Amino acid sequence: MIELRNVSKTYPNGTKGLNQINLTIGKGEFVVIVGLSGAGKSTMLRSINRLHEITDGEILIEGKSITKATGAGLRRIRRDIGMVFQSFNLVKRSSVMRNVLAGRVGYHSTLRTVLGLFPKEDINLALNALERVNILEKAYIRADQLSGGQQQRVAIARVLAQEAKIILADEPVASLDPLTTKQVMDDLKKINQELGITTIVNLHYIDLAREYATRIIGLRAGEVVFDGPVAEATDEVFAEIYGRPIKKDELLGEAAL
Amino acid sequence: MNGTGTNGLSRLPKKPSRIKHYLTFIIVLWMVWGSAVQTDSTFKELFTGLPEMWKLIEEMFPPNWQYFDNIVPAMLETIRMAIAGTTFGAIIAIPFAVISASNIVKTPWIIYPARFILNLIRTIPDLLLAALFVAIFGLGLVPGILALAVFSVGLIAKLTYEAAETIDPGPLEAMTSVGANKIQWIVFGVVPQVAAHYVSYVLYTFEINVRAAAVLGLVGAGGIGLYYEKTLGFLEYDKTNSIILFTLAVVLVIDFISTKLREKLL
Repeated sequence: MIELRNVSKTYPNGTKGLNQINLTIGKGEFVVIVGLSGAGKSTMLRSINRLHEITDGEILIEGKSITKATGAGLRRIRRDIGMVFQSFNLVKRSSVMRNVLAGRVGYHSTLRTVLGLFPKEDINLALNALERVNILEKAYIRADQLSGGQQQRVAIARVLAQEAKIILADEPVASLDPLTTKQVMDDLKKINQELGITTIVNLHYIDLAREYATRIIGLRAGEVVFDGPVAEATDEVFAEIYGRPIKKDELLGEAAL
Repeated sequence: MNGTGTNGLSRLPKKPSRIKHYLTFIIVLWMVWGSAVQTDSTFKELFTGLPEMWKLIEEMFPPNWQYFDNIVPAMLETIRMAIAGTTFGAIIAIPFAVISASNIVKTPWIIYPARFILNLIRTIPDLLLAALFVAIFGLGLVPGILALAVFSVGLIAKLTYEAAETIDPGPLEAMTSVGANKIQWIVFGVVPQVAAHYVSYVLYTFEINVRAAAVLGLVGAGGIGLYYEKTLGFLEYDKTNSIILFTLAVVLVIDFISTKLREKLL
């Protein structure tokens, strides 16, 4: 369970990134956060694993405050939260396998990981993760040899190998074409349903949000303006979130779905 | 006139003034002339010196080919000095590079002193370093190796931390998000992105060190340089020439191999 209590973020120049956000996200939910660029979607997502610091309020992960955690405690909480990024964030010069195993470093001693001595179970875990995203045959290929969609699937495998209980995906399909978009979103959905991993995704496309989410949260100028099940997220609601009628480029298109 | 010229354009963009170029030329000329006056160097002196120069060259040829047998051990020593010095320097350079890169260490009071030390090292010429170490450790290879090692630290660490500062921050963010500690973060996020650059800089430094090692003997720090001093002192210019040719050949071969390797790396 993730709880945001009165979370605010004010930038040094006085801009409000997030304003008094209160949210509770339960185990196994598939939440999609929508909103215009600059509405605070990314800031909110990155606050959850503290890649961004908040200036006010508190965030609790499974009842533990990540806001107050430091050092090993903070790393321990982060270990349970996997993150998928728009730009994949793989080490391009390393092999796919090493990228996936990087997700395991939080479980072992520094010395062991630095020497690359991952136990057999970890190797199996990594291979299984790669199989789950249908990319097992690329295990020993350098990451920069893969296409964008394949790289994103490796990033998802890294999260799986991490045995995360929560997945945060920050615009995971923004740099992919419609077909790969569907594959990656299907992977995320499958993982969410089969493993019961709580998943929070920032998305730009409205139809994609409706297709995959169980719950939609709308952000506007750093505030939650909508929070409800997909059925309630009508076109009027989206117009409200965006502050204007929906435009065509906010739809991925029926063809892909 | 300028407004509606013969070419029919209504507004011609203003031509940039050339005065800056003229001024630059005048200042450079003035500096060259001033330096010549201050150091008492004249073209006349150059011309009167020409025959002397020609005599030296005549004495250098033909090179004394037999002398090669005497200098091979010294040349090998020079190369060994360069290898040892570069290796020690390369190892010590790693922690320096890490604590100098602003995207790895966020504490200014670590970064700036570290960079200051690196800058300081690079301002000391390697011959001076060698002379200093000779004074401390006496004649021989050790001062030469130490001088090259110190010089290598300055160069490799500087180039490496600059390369480290341009790496993709994405994987670093990913490592933070998986709960890696600082060392794991560096080993998995930074090292794979910088390793090829680092090796390339080590090879490049090795090239420079071979050349530097060849003259370190002039101050008594071992290697082929000692023979330069000896043959020049005895006015045996044909032998000096052999050493020059030998050094040239060795440097060229090492440069060639190193350049090829570095091309493959990056």
